[in-house]
Amino acid sequence: MSLLEIRDLKVRVGDKQILGGIDLKVEAGQIHAIMGPNGSGKSTLAHILAGREGFVPTGGSVSFDGKDLLAMAPEIRAREGVFLAFQYPVEIPGVSNKYFLKAAYNAIRKHKGLEELGAGAFLKLIKERAKLVELDPTLLDRPVNEGFSGGEKKRNEILQLAVLEPKLAILDETDSGLDIDALKVVASGINAMRHPSRSFVVVTHYQRLLDYLVPDVVHVLVNGRIVKSGDKKLALELEEKGYGWIEAQDRERVAQP
Amino acid sequence: MTEPGVLAELPESGAIWLRDLRRDALDRFSKLGLPGPSEEDWRHTSVAPIAEGRFRRARLPEAYPEPAFRDWSGSRLVFVNGRYVPGLSSARPGARVVPMSQMLQKDGKELEPWLKETSATGAFAALNTALFEDGAYIEIDGSPVEPVHIVFLSAAQGEPAAAHVRVMIRLSAGSRAVIVEEYLSPGGTSNWTNSVAQIKLSENASLEHIRVQRDGAESLHVGLTEVRQARDSRYASRAFSFGGRLVRHDLDVRLEGEGAECQLDGLYFLKDSDHVDNHTRVDHAKPHTTSRELYKGVLDGVSRAVFNGAIVVRPNAQKISSVQSNKNLLLSSEGLVHTKPEFKIYANDVQCKHGATIGQLSSEALFYLRSRGIDETEARRLLVYAFVGEMVSRVGMAGPRQALAEELWGG
Repeated sequence: MSLLEIRDLKVRVGDKQILGGIDLKVEAGQIHAIMGPNGSGKSTLAHILAGREGFVPTGGSVSFDGKDLLAMAPEIRAREGVFLAFQYPVEIPGVSNKYFLKAAYNAIRKHKGLEELGAGAFLKLIKERAKLVELDPTLLDRPVNEGFSGGEKKRNEILQLAVLEPKLAILDETDSGLDIDALKVVASGINAMRHPSRSFVVVTHYQRLLDYLVPDVVHVLVNGRIVKSGDKKLALELEEKGYGWIEAQDRERVAQP
Repeated sequence: MTEPGVLAELPESGAIWLRDLRRDALDRFSKLGLPGPSEEDWRHTSVAPIAEGRFRRARLPEAYPEPAFRDWSGSRLVFVNGRYVPGLSSARPGARVVPMSQMLQKDGKELEPWLKETSATGAFAALNTALFEDGAYIEIDGSPVEPVHIVFLSAAQGEPAAAHVRVMIRLSAGSRAVIVEEYLSPGGTSNWTNSVAQIKLSENASLEHIRVQRDGAESLHVGLTEVRQARDSRYASRAFSFGGRLVRHDLDVRLEGEGAECQLDGLYFLKDSDHVDNHTRVDHAKPHTTSRELYKGVLDGVSRAVFNGAIVVRPNAQKISSVQSNKNLLLSSEGLVHTKPEFKIYANDVQCKHGATIGQLSSEALFYLRSRGIDETEARRLLVYAFVGEMVSRVGMAGPRQALAEELWGG
């Protein structure tokens, strides 16, 4: 059984059909990259998996670890092991990063039937994980993402990933807005979290993150469909030639069904 | 005009000057009558529950739920239905803390000029002057490190009752204090409390005044806090309201000496059909005075809130600085806020800023929290607390701060 199995998934946002039938299978331990031009539906795919309100599935199914993912509330998905690293992490004034992480961590523990972790042990855990992404520990006491730089926000996302230890991590444009040094730090943090039972779906417009985070499979999303899949060489080809040729192929396909 | 429902017989005991004062106040009240919706200051708050009520004179009931006090150190004066209860009270050295009833009997002459000089001319204040029998008298000289705690408990006594209570606080030059003034009523009582607090800060005195009004859904509460500040004095008000059927608080601060500063922090936390009206007024009577004001509100259910922030800058009160802000969080689609700044500026070299916001919980923040495994109820609670936490953290004294934090977190 695959960890994630998406079958003919169709999604509407508002009046607009964004995804027109996605098929995707992710095995445990794999990294899949989803690439594609702007507006192709990459972020929609990331958000529908996390349970974002307003994203309406109009057909198809998503099975996660053998369960119907689309039937679960967002918090249940998280507790079952789905994690979305946001492209634009939300600032939450008044809630300390540390408190937020602890509430999330213990909610997941409770769901698994484990005892909640005490304050001391938890502090030790997050400090240790913060080192993975070279996050300034003073940011743990600050309100969630408030006043963080773009790079700090992305590191904070990966810190959450490292603390919550999901089965499936969906990274939505985690590389956007990062300079090359920050990108390396974030990528090495993600690599440190690789595990035979943990899978990654990496949504990205550019190839450069994939220099550090080597995908098993690369998919190209155009107009709400996966039009091509291949190995990591496909990412390099896209980097070199852009998306134009693949969009042209897709137009031909649509014209001659 | 007469208002048989709210009028009671004047207290008979007391010195001649006091009886005269009460009679004058009653005359004034009779001329004024209860305020109506045609008065700008009462446009959004109807006093019908008071006008149409029939209130007995409050008395000490035979039985009442004893409040569970936290273990703060310091003097405590407890009143039940406006009557002093020595058994629940305790006095500590360091401050002069006396029930008003005792002051009126023994040292009334001391109070006469002060009671007369109040500029509180409104109907409710006049009625208070006519009818109050007890309350707290506090005189601080020096810097008592322990806070003073005044508690007014309103308890059921069979029929709705009206308690008129008076608080008088005086800080001598250079002294410092923390005073907690608390109004409590258990659910189910439809009593009316009408309070007037007069606060006088001498030169360079500093007061943190924590006022907590925690009434049941049927309770009625009208309060006036009048503050007079001399040169270089500092006044910090932390006013918390947890609702009631009709709640009105007027906070009236006059900065009468150069260098005087006030910080007015308020929070109203409302649900169901609570109605809370805060009218604040800062009078910059002298140059180089400073006011900072932040009132926040959370409204659930069909609750209503009114915030009116008046700032007056007198001619020649140059170089003053005033910042006012009112921020509201609506948790339901039927909560309603009337917010209005009111600036009257008669000087030209001043800094005044104000702002008001009304918003809802951010759906992005809610989703973000839920996407991390936190359920919706908890996520909402976190975000609400994030909004109000700032007001709690401003409370300088640990005991009340902790109590408020727990209450707001639980709510």
